[in-house]
Amino acid sequence: MIESIASLGRWGLDGLEGLGRATVFLLRTLIRRPRFIKSFPLLIREIYSVGVLSLLIILVSGLFIGMVLGLQGYHTLEKFSATQQLGQLIALSVVRELGPVVTALLFAGRAGSALTAEIGLMKATEQLTSMEMIGVDPLWRIISPRFWAGFISMPLLMLIFSAIAIYGGYLVGVSWLGVDGGSFWSNMQAGVNFHEDVLNGVIKSIVFGGVVTWIAVFQGYDCVPTAEGISRATTKSVVYASLAVLGLDFVLTTMMLGGW
Amino acid sequence: MKTRTVEIFVGLFLLAGILSLVMLAFQVSGLANIIGRNGYEIQANFDNIGDLRIHAPVSIGGVRVGEVASIQLNPSTFKAVVTMHIDPNQNAIPTDSSASIFTEGLLGSNYISLSPGFSNTNLKNGDKIQTTHSALILENLIGQLMYKIGSGNDNSTSSNSSSSNSKPTSEITK
Amino acid sequence: MGYKFQMSDNLVTLRNVSFNRKDRIIFNNVELDIARGKITAVLGPSGTGKTTLLRLIGAQLKPDSGTVLFDNQNIHQLSRYDLYQLRRRIGMLFQSGALFTNLSAFENVAFPLREHTKLSENLIRDLVLLKLQAVGLRGARDLMASELSGGMSRRVALARGIALDPQLIMYDEPFTGQDPIAIGVLMKLIRTLNDALGMTSIVVSHDVQEVFAIADYVYVISNGKIIGQGSPTELQSSQAPAVVQFIKGLPDGVVPFHYPAADFKKDLLGETQR
Repeated sequence: MIESIASLGRWGLDGLEGLGRATVFLLRTLIRRPRFIKSFPLLIREIYSVGVLSLLIILVSGLFIGMVLGLQGYHTLEKFSATQQLGQLIALSVVRELGPVVTALLFAGRAGSALTAEIGLMKATEQLTSMEMIGVDPLWRIISPRFWAGFISMPLLMLIFSAIAIYGGYLVGVSWLGVDGGSFWSNMQAGVNFHEDVLNGVIKSIVFGGVVTWIAVFQGYDCVPTAEGISRATTKSVVYASLAVLGLDFVLTTMMLGGW
Repeated sequence: MKTRTVEIFVGLFLLAGILSLVMLAFQVSGLANIIGRNGYEIQANFDNIGDLRIHAPVSIGGVRVGEVASIQLNPSTFKAVVTMHIDPNQNAIPTDSSASIFTEGLLGSNYISLSPGFSNTNLKNGDKIQTTHSALILENLIGQLMYKIGSGNDNSTSSNSSSSNSKPTSEITK
Repeated sequence: MGYKFQMSDNLVTLRNVSFNRKDRIIFNNVELDIARGKITAVLGPSGTGKTTLLRLIGAQLKPDSGTVLFDNQNIHQLSRYDLYQLRRRIGMLFQSGALFTNLSAFENVAFPLREHTKLSENLIRDLVLLKLQAVGLRGARDLMASELSGGMSRRVALARGIALDPQLIMYDEPFTGQDPIAIGVLMKLIRTLNDALGMTSIVVSHDVQEVFAIADYVYVISNGKIIGQGSPTELQSSQAPAVVQFIKGLPDGVVPFHYPAADFKKDLLGETQR
């Protein structure tokens, strides 16, 4: 009994210590003299590998999620003969919730795990240590461009996802099921508010982008430098990032709906 | 070189993101209607606004001409003061027009419909619409109906209900 | 510089250095001098913290007590910025080579130059080719790090280590897992680079014969202590049992064959726990 309480306490302390290390790590990555001329090409390269290479899965998932929403929404709204509200239904669910959350989850799986594995492998093969010995801080050279790339890519991916999903819903609702195109768009425009819906969605995805990339690069940097350690870190990266996204989504939604 | 390809792809990626934002802003949320806010504002007092919300459309004959900008309660008269933002090109609405709150379909959201009057002077910024019809509260209507059925087809109540029936008919003609 | 009146012959000096990892003692009051312009070797069995020693000198680890002087500066009291400046004067060859896997051999060698200098692209190219020529791999410049064999990637890493013409170069187990030809090449490189470029070298290894062939001075460490030191010839005639055991490769001796354990008979009879 005492033993299990003690292990709970140990677990809690370990978690707290990890959080502390992650915070120090983040601050050390962010707080430094910027060197734009040298950093910019690195950032571009990382946006390519983090953002552009995630684009395919984002496009495909966005299209299909929008199409399924169109189909489901149509059949539900049909019962209330309110199918002309389909556009609003799709746009609100995509822009407010599905866009930020699904993009963040896909991003954690596609880009976050890759970041963790890449950095973990660099650590295991002593590349980070040798960089330190050359006199180059890996936090600046390796971690910082990857973090900013994730931070920048996520909102862009979310916007692309949302646009494609709404188009997917249009495809099913209007082109296939025969909802009137005019009322599809005009009801959408009447129901969706740019500040309250679109911008809040963007804010969410900026927060998610920061958190998911932070977790990914920290898990890579902090991993046990062995094959097993890297695989554990990759798993942890995806699991922690997904849980953080879902938890934060609830918190952010509550704040945005004014219930705080 | 290869760096060039990477740069082009990243450029396209950023462009796609920005285009999506533009699409979400204008096509999805109809920001264009809000951005050019150089129209004018008019006010109207209602006894009961029902479920009316900010940003609800304001229309004349079913055509959208503006939106609800704010809703407040006048603390002395206990009437709801609704401020409407009217698009700048709709600048010829007569001063004796009336405003009614209707519902889109049976379960839809509320909106304001303006019925133009015949005056030669037009509404300007800050003007107030005098004639208003409150929202039709479905619960009240059902209550009246129940009362009518309960009290038997009494003539004195039928004349009362026929006047309130004129609202639903005008609503259906929308 | 600061050593005008007392030009020390030692580039690196360790005084009373102790280092513990969790509750295990890695070093206990180690005193060690690395002479300028010489190849100093640190010999010792696996797991005695030879790599840790190099990390203490490179200030990637901080000793629990004692001082590490590099060119008469206490390297552990430098600010982060000064430390990174100082590290440009230290080259290190890692056990695995530790090349940056997403860069070609050429770019790996160019990396320190690009990061620390504002040289023109032409000059960088010349310097890189010079360094690659020194390790005999000028022809392999366009190969990616993953396409190089183990021996080749160590040589590229060596070229990267000397890219900024450091004062000190540290080799971490340079001969481990290499075929005889690669070992021969690396030995020749360590010797010629040291003499031709006037560098100071530290070789950490457990390959006794190779080390004795190239080193000017040898330290033998075991169990966190220096158990023997001297020139290779002095050590070969040493009578200290621990040194004799290590140099001759005897299976049992001061370093016991058995990992510390309870009495075997008692263990079999189940008198000890588990």
